[in-house]
Amino acid sequence: MTGLARFLRRIAPQLLTLAAVIGLIALVFPGFFQISLANGRLFGSPIDILNRGAPVALLAIGMTLVIATRGIDLSVGAVMAICGAVSAWGITEGYGLAATLAMALAAGLLCGLWNGFLVAVLRIQPIVATLILMVAGRGIAQLITEGAILTFNDESLIFFGSGSIFAVPTPVVIWIVTGLLVAFVVRRSALGMLIEAIGINLRASALAGVNARVLLIAVYMTSGLCAALAGIIAAADIRGADANNAGLWLELDAILAVVVGGNSLLGGRFSLCASLIGAMIIQAMNTGILLSGFPPEFNLVIKAAIILVILVLQSPRAHTTMVFFRRAPREEPAQTRTVPQ
Amino acid sequence: MNARLLPLTATVVIFIAAYAVCYSQYPNMLSTRVIGNLLTDNAFLGIAAVGMTFVILSGGIDLSIGSVIAFSGVFIAVLLRDTGLHPIPVFIALLAVTTLFGASMGAIIHFLEMPPFIVTLAGMFLARGMAYVLTIDSVPITHAFFDQLQGFYWLMPGKGRLTFIGGLMLVTFMAGIVLAHRTRFGANVYALGGGVQTARLMGVPVAQTTMAIYALSGFFAGLAGIVFAIYTSAGYSLATVGVELDAIAAVVIGGTLLTGGSGFVAGTLIGVLIMGLIQTYIVFDGSLSSWWTKIVIGLLLFAFILLQKGLVLVTNRERTTPHHAR
Repeated sequence: MTGLARFLRRIAPQLLTLAAVIGLIALVFPGFFQISLANGRLFGSPIDILNRGAPVALLAIGMTLVIATRGIDLSVGAVMAICGAVSAWGITEGYGLAATLAMALAAGLLCGLWNGFLVAVLRIQPIVATLILMVAGRGIAQLITEGAILTFNDESLIFFGSGSIFAVPTPVVIWIVTGLLVAFVVRRSALGMLIEAIGINLRASALAGVNARVLLIAVYMTSGLCAALAGIIAAADIRGADANNAGLWLELDAILAVVVGGNSLLGGRFSLCASLIGAMIIQAMNTGILLSGFPPEFNLVIKAAIILVILVLQSPRAHTTMVFFRRAPREEPAQTRTVPQ
Repeated sequence: MNARLLPLTATVVIFIAAYAVCYSQYPNMLSTRVIGNLLTDNAFLGIAAVGMTFVILSGGIDLSIGSVIAFSGVFIAVLLRDTGLHPIPVFIALLAVTTLFGASMGAIIHFLEMPPFIVTLAGMFLARGMAYVLTIDSVPITHAFFDQLQGFYWLMPGKGRLTFIGGLMLVTFMAGIVLAHRTRFGANVYALGGGVQTARLMGVPVAQTTMAIYALSGFFAGLAGIVFAIYTSAGYSLATVGVELDAIAAVVIGGTLLTGGSGFVAGTLIGVLIMGLIQTYIVFDGSLSSWWTKIVIGLLLFAFILLQKGLVLVTNRERTTPHHAR
């Protein structure tokens, strides 16, 4: 089987799910596919999904790599809040756009370094290690904004939230370019394979000469960087930094996107493209529930039900009966696992 | 000394030291009034944390409890407003619902072999969503029985009030301690935390125990919801966001290993009290902002995780097995 065919087969379930969700929306909302051009920017529901889904898509990129190492990063929502706070603080203090962006991205990298240090050097369980920053992170963000919602009016920063490049909203460009860049780096080098090796068996990969420590730290730093980008977009979108609500629960949406993307939470194998489609599925569900005129109160219930269906379809137990969603065979999770292919 | 007792000892020492520091600055800290308030203000968190302790002891995690508490409040408030039932049957119905909810999450986790993390995440969305569906407004609870419960307290020496909900938390912890350390169910929970395969070989009924653990967590979350409703006299679907994390933090600060199998329910009580103490200190100080609570709790979490990590390393070295379970 050629590479392309294998790739298409891998993302087929996600593409079909996305098509089904969009098809359902289009049924109840016939004007769904209308896209218009106004003020040099594209408008329409599909564009809206791509645009609103940007933070989750960005987080899902980092989260995919982290989960591929059999880790998890609970802190990304808090890191978003920190980086949003840093960017709002930087711009209001008059540091200029370049310095502000550099500071925000550096803050994200620093958070990732902290997480990576705990996981790779101190060997703390990832869920616990990142819980620390998840709890403390919003406190740190509030420390930066001094408890208030820090607003700003700088057009150059706002551009990252609501501007457009060649009629495409900037957040869409940012997440697509980031996704392509990360995918290119990990798939055109051995990095992706090494990350998967860590996820399958950390000890064995270390014995085989993989510098697991450095690679793990790099993966968590990538996650921090993606969270920083998402934080900048979120802050630029509302023209302010809200330490309490920026990125609230987005870590869960990002994990969900990765899971919906068919990646096992037990690591070892990943597809960035499938995760990104997963993020779009989640956003399409959000938008669809809004468009369909359901009371927004039902949003979470419907989301929970859909998640449950997807999870049941992907559960290892269901694999034996479901041919369609079948992936690498797996008996007892975490114990007897073989290298796929 | 037994290495298993060390995290608990550390927790107790930290609590006493922190209280001593607070006392040296504000002598009123030791008054029974402050202690009474400490118990009352943290009652709902403490009760939920008892359930969380069992879940974590078994090696799982329950992210749904904050949402379940919010759902409980809304459920009680809406039912009392719309039906004219007495609160007691409402409480019973609620506890049945939340227990069943927990049990079904346990069943999904066991029978579909899915990670607890993601199942309870879906449960969190579902419970919060059901609360939204019931109402998105804050519904006040006005019922004579609630006033009775709120007004019911035991006047401690020094005019401190041990309220009904504060007392209920202490009773819950007592029950939790007995359940964890003196029953077969408790032994099964510890066995599961040590490893599912091993537990199965030891003859632990894995399916039954897993369902019972999450059912218990759902029950305690429902009870915490009742307490929260008494505490705030209202049901609000946006309430108690993130309480599951506070509960997890309390359990970890209380010295329970997040990998499962080791810890004490009593430690969780101290963990809850430490978190309450930080909050009380910030209120007493007046100039510190509440976000310091989060940062200090994060640092405490870090310290305890390091301590536990060190202990695991030391005990492993004693057994001379080169085992590095991550």
